[in-house]
Amino acid sequence: MTNHWVDIKNTDLVLIMGGNAAEAHPCGFKWVTEAKAHRKARLIVVDPRFTRSAAVSDFYTPIRAGSDIAFLGGVIHYLLSHDRIHHEYVKHYTDMSFLVKDDFGFEDGIFSGYNPEKRSYDKSSWGYQIGADGYVVTDPTLQHPRCVYQMMKAHYSRYTPDMVSSICGTPKEDFLKVCAMIAETSASNKTMTIMYALGWTQHSQGSQMIRTGAMVQLLLGNIGVAGGGMNALRGHSNIQGLTDLGLLSNLLPGYMTLPGDAEQDYAAYIAKRAFKPLRPGQLSYWSNYGKFHVSTMKAWYGDAATAENNWAYDWLPKLDKGYDILQVFENMNQGKVNGYVCQGFNPLSSAPCKVKVSGSLAKLKFLVTIDPLATETSEFWQNHGEYNDVDPAKIQTEVFRLPSTCFAEEDGSLVSSSRVLQWHWKAAEPPGDARSDQEIMAGIFLKLRELYQKEGGAFPDPILNLTWKYKQPHFPSPEELAKEFSGKALKDVTDPKDPAKVLVKAGEQLNGFAELRDDGSTACGCWIFSGAWTEKGNLMARRDNSDPFGIGQTLNWAFAWPANRRVLYNRASCDPSGKPYDPSRKLIAWDAATGKWGGSDIPDFKPDSAPEDGMSPFIMNPEGVARFFAVDKMAEGPFPEHYEPLESPLAVNLLHPKNDKARANPAARVFKGDWETFGKADKFPYVCTTYRLTEHFHFWTKHVRLNAIVQPEQFVEIGEELAKDKGIKAGDHVRVKSNRGFIVAVAVVTKRVRTLDVGGRKVHTVGVPIHWGFTGVAKNGYITNTLTPFVGDANTQTPEFKSFLVDLEKV
Amino acid sequence: MALQSLDIKARSATTTPSPQARGAIPVAKLIDISKCIGCKACQVACMEWNDLRDEIGSNVGIYDNPRDLSDQSWTVMRFSEVEVQQGRLEWLIRKDGCMHCADPGCLKACPAPGAIVKYANGIVDFHEENCIGCGYCLTGCPFDIPRFSKKDRKAYKCTLCSDRVAVGLEPACVKICPTGAIVFGSKEDMIHHAEGRIADLKERGYANAALYDPQGVGGTHVMYVLQHGDQPELYAKLPKDPSVSPLVSLWKGVAKPLMSLGIGLAVFAGFFHFVSAGPKEVEEEEERS
Amino acid sequence: MQVTRRQFFRICAAGVGGSSLAALGFAPGEALAEVRAFKLARATETRNTCPYCSVGCGLLMYSLGDKAKNAHTEIIHIEGDPDHPVNRGTLCPKGAGLLDFVHSPNRLKRPEYRAPGSKEWTPISWDEAFTRIARLMKDDRDRNFIATNEKGETVNRWVSTGMLAASASSNETGYLTHKIARSLGMLAFDNQARV
Repeated sequence: MTNHWVDIKNTDLVLIMGGNAAEAHPCGFKWVTEAKAHRKARLIVVDPRFTRSAAVSDFYTPIRAGSDIAFLGGVIHYLLSHDRIHHEYVKHYTDMSFLVKDDFGFEDGIFSGYNPEKRSYDKSSWGYQIGADGYVVTDPTLQHPRCVYQMMKAHYSRYTPDMVSSICGTPKEDFLKVCAMIAETSASNKTMTIMYALGWTQHSQGSQMIRTGAMVQLLLGNIGVAGGGMNALRGHSNIQGLTDLGLLSNLLPGYMTLPGDAEQDYAAYIAKRAFKPLRPGQLSYWSNYGKFHVSTMKAWYGDAATAENNWAYDWLPKLDKGYDILQVFENMNQGKVNGYVCQGFNPLSSAPCKVKVSGSLAKLKFLVTIDPLATETSEFWQNHGEYNDVDPAKIQTEVFRLPSTCFAEEDGSLVSSSRVLQWHWKAAEPPGDARSDQEIMAGIFLKLRELYQKEGGAFPDPILNLTWKYKQPHFPSPEELAKEFSGKALKDVTDPKDPAKVLVKAGEQLNGFAELRDDGSTACGCWIFSGAWTEKGNLMARRDNSDPFGIGQTLNWAFAWPANRRVLYNRASCDPSGKPYDPSRKLIAWDAATGKWGGSDIPDFKPDSAPEDGMSPFIMNPEGVARFFAVDKMAEGPFPEHYEPLESPLAVNLLHPKNDKARANPAARVFKGDWETFGKADKFPYVCTTYRLTEHFHFWTKHVRLNAIVQPEQFVEIGEELAKDKGIKAGDHVRVKSNRGFIVAVAVVTKRVRTLDVGGRKVHTVGVPIHWGFTGVAKNGYITNTLTPFVGDANTQTPEFKSFLVDLEKV
Repeated sequence: MALQSLDIKARSATTTPSPQARGAIPVAKLIDISKCIGCKACQVACMEWNDLRDEIGSNVGIYDNPRDLSDQSWTVMRFSEVEVQQGRLEWLIRKDGCMHCADPGCLKACPAPGAIVKYANGIVDFHEENCIGCGYCLTGCPFDIPRFSKKDRKAYKCTLCSDRVAVGLEPACVKICPTGAIVFGSKEDMIHHAEGRIADLKERGYANAALYDPQGVGGTHVMYVLQHGDQPELYAKLPKDPSVSPLVSLWKGVAKPLMSLGIGLAVFAGFFHFVSAGPKEVEEEEERS
Repeated sequence: MQVTRRQFFRICAAGVGGSSLAALGFAPGEALAEVRAFKLARATETRNTCPYCSVGCGLLMYSLGDKAKNAHTEIIHIEGDPDHPVNRGTLCPKGAGLLDFVHSPNRLKRPEYRAPGSKEWTPISWDEAFTRIARLMKDDRDRNFIATNEKGETVNRWVSTGMLAASASSNETGYLTHKIARSLGMLAFDNQARV
């Protein structure tokens, strides 16, 4: 979230699209009801289903799953063509005036540089024009045909209300009503929040859906303001934290990135990431990359990371390609993976195309599962009748199942969607011999290290030199680990302006990432968490919930990254002269008397940079401003374009009916052999979408009796018209099948799933909740991902769980 | 003795006068259906707090689970898909459970001394240790709330968490409610809160938004804010004008005088049959009269 | 008002029943009415946060006993933390049911091992499990570690064993897990953020 849960109460309009906050995040959704009750805010829900969020909305309209870019592109077109944008904001705080390279182009759905064989782009033309001074060339009048404003206007001119309606199936008058409501928030004293979740991420073009939403918010001046923002409602309790800590195939802690094979030179690796400002007077905070990186390497390798060995640069593995979960299961399926460790992760249930995942796991030599509960993955080799029909005798995988503690039995911190790190305390001992994840990881690692010490082996240096100064080596304590990622001074850290002044003494905890150094004098495991545990103690455990400004900031409750800021980009809540656009929702303002920014939040800005310095609010971008034109950051193009899901009821992309290359995302990665697993609309005519129900959490709560009672059995939702066509009544059992397998479940027949008119044809939607499986106390059911396609978003490789094709029949 | 914070105002089948000297603030739970997201947190919290676990049932093609109230489910969500205005679907979700009537039909009907009590704060509580399993409370209830337990043949229903209220806490369902659709306080404050909610709903186009506090049962200590106050039956057949069953009124009006005259042994025998065997199934048409 | 004959009989019966109980010595004064005892009066309260979604709701966990040496703590009730600025004491149906997660019959209690081709689990000690897992990992790493690629560039990666990390585990676990995985040269490493 750019903003945070409680801040939602400050909004005037809530758009829930690509999510279902009332069901998936009920306690966060409370702040929507607060905004409605106390600010007369309105709630719009756009969703293929009339959800429980829609039940309390002011306006609901349906959309065909997978067509959100068309809808939002239509909103952009409406805002630009009706001139309902926040002029001052976009002029000063975005790249509207920047000129785009002359060789950049877009033709019939494909951007310049496309290679159809590789299904990827040469992005060299996707950039701004750079002048002789090294800065981007701009046209503040916004008249130049190559300026972002003009190019964006032209790009979205095709997204007319009629086009939107025919692609999305949303009634045109409904669409225009939504546009009109959204446009109201272009006023300086009005704002909108967008709440989204996996309804946007789980598409082959999911990242671009989110980007389109962000563009709408930027046009309206709704980013960086109280009650505004792009608010990703994260799924798991610490999915934010694990992302922050970089537990993804290509990341290092704090959104630093691993080097590729070609990056053999350390200095070049740093220089490529330490962006130089692209406009005069900009901060470009990533220019400090070297300080963050060296501090992490010092935390990991201590004295073994030295200036001479480039802070152990070669000890980091280098990427020849992505190793996301889909790629890894593809490799496993090809027999290239021998061992796999699943720590609190149940891929048999949560990864796409169960038949492929199950077959891949069976090719492993060994599988280790670490979990408090008996997951399906741990029993993938066991025959569970129709729900998991395998022959154990044919599966040669050795499986270890290690019992771990649950939340109630451990101390530690989690990062909420609000980016707040909150400490929790142990209340009881775990059952039986279960152990904490830290003990389990330490147990495996220390055995491995012992073997490398005794036997030697392949490149043992990083294993032997990994810092391990924990008081009880077999049980690194949460306190020790938290101090390690928050960071400490290894030598005295001095003020760069006054070297005689010691800011932090050697051995002391750092106050924050501003104190990090790239000379090896600081160690910090995760720079964005720096300051979570200082000499004052554990800031994540703070419990002062006072809210002196009354807008819900509670700065002394726990600790938010970065630097305890609660609303990101909050400099953009003020006009260029430093005055809040809406004084009633003041986050920060420039105080000329003290020469500092201040207010109800920690400034997300250089705290002493006066407005006349001309520094822009988006300090993490080298431009200093937000980008409408994504330059080379996205896989499928600098402007989001609607493409059909890989499996779509439409044979063509209505925007590019004659170009088959532009039907589905041209940059989506599809593995050899997976094309054949995709179904076509002639055999699988219905759009299927999978989702969570409010009564359950993924595949955990089917083990929880109280939740099993209130939602006991697997079901699918269909509309009344489809039910009538198929002779299905509520309560009948139906078989839902895709080209990859089938599930059988009870039918819920409902008015809430509407038949849509898409491009002149009827499109029915089948909704499939995900929560059942073959272990648990709820009634056993089929794994929903039996149905889903093995393809992901072109940028993140997040699987396309939200729109694919199925057929349906009564059993 | 009964806790002072919860003085008893009325007790089933007894004539001992109730204490009246101490003042008590009538309490109420207000359920704002326009804020309810049907998440069932209240159902779960109710079971958790009261040490109840209903059966793991089946899905019969609807979201309602468990399908009905039971000795283990003292509250359930009832989902209704309606189109009050053509083409504008509404999903009305009503938390069903004891209404804690000011004039409780169950208590009036109950023949077992002290099995049903009404506290001075308005809570109507069942005390199963005194329940004889006759089933009269079911007949007496205009909202069809009490349910028999198969285990012990006694009647159960929501206590409004009298144990929590007695120590100064709110009921479990109130505390848990993520959207604040359920609130708790003095009845006076709840009526005031409802007025604000109704004004907000009217501003949003619900011209008939209203408070549901039916006077046929003397008002209730559980009230609803309804978007369509003129059509309570839209909300899974919430009765428009509930009143205490005529049977119960008769018991109050006629049975007592009869009793004082003395009645034949046959009736006595009938009573003991009830005590030992529990109620017979009551025929449908009789239930409805 | 219509009353059938049978109803009339029942009313009389019940009426007599009520007062008859009193006549038989069940004096109302002895049929005491008292609320159920408040079950948390001296339970130990511990603060935690919900392990499910990322709203990060505060919890109060109540356990039996006062943490004296001889008392075994057992969690008996979980409810929302009213001080928490986001949930303010509320919880959703998942959070409301956490007690049954902690005490789920499907909680794992001891390490288990499944041999190749076997139909069942067999118990294994922690030490045996760690020893065997470390051996399997080391053998695979030593055999398949890639120090340089075909161009001769230093790459130091190990991609024949992978790991999925738990996005419901704590930052402290996540940090330690990342540190270990990269020291081994692991790249096939993700968490639920990807799905």
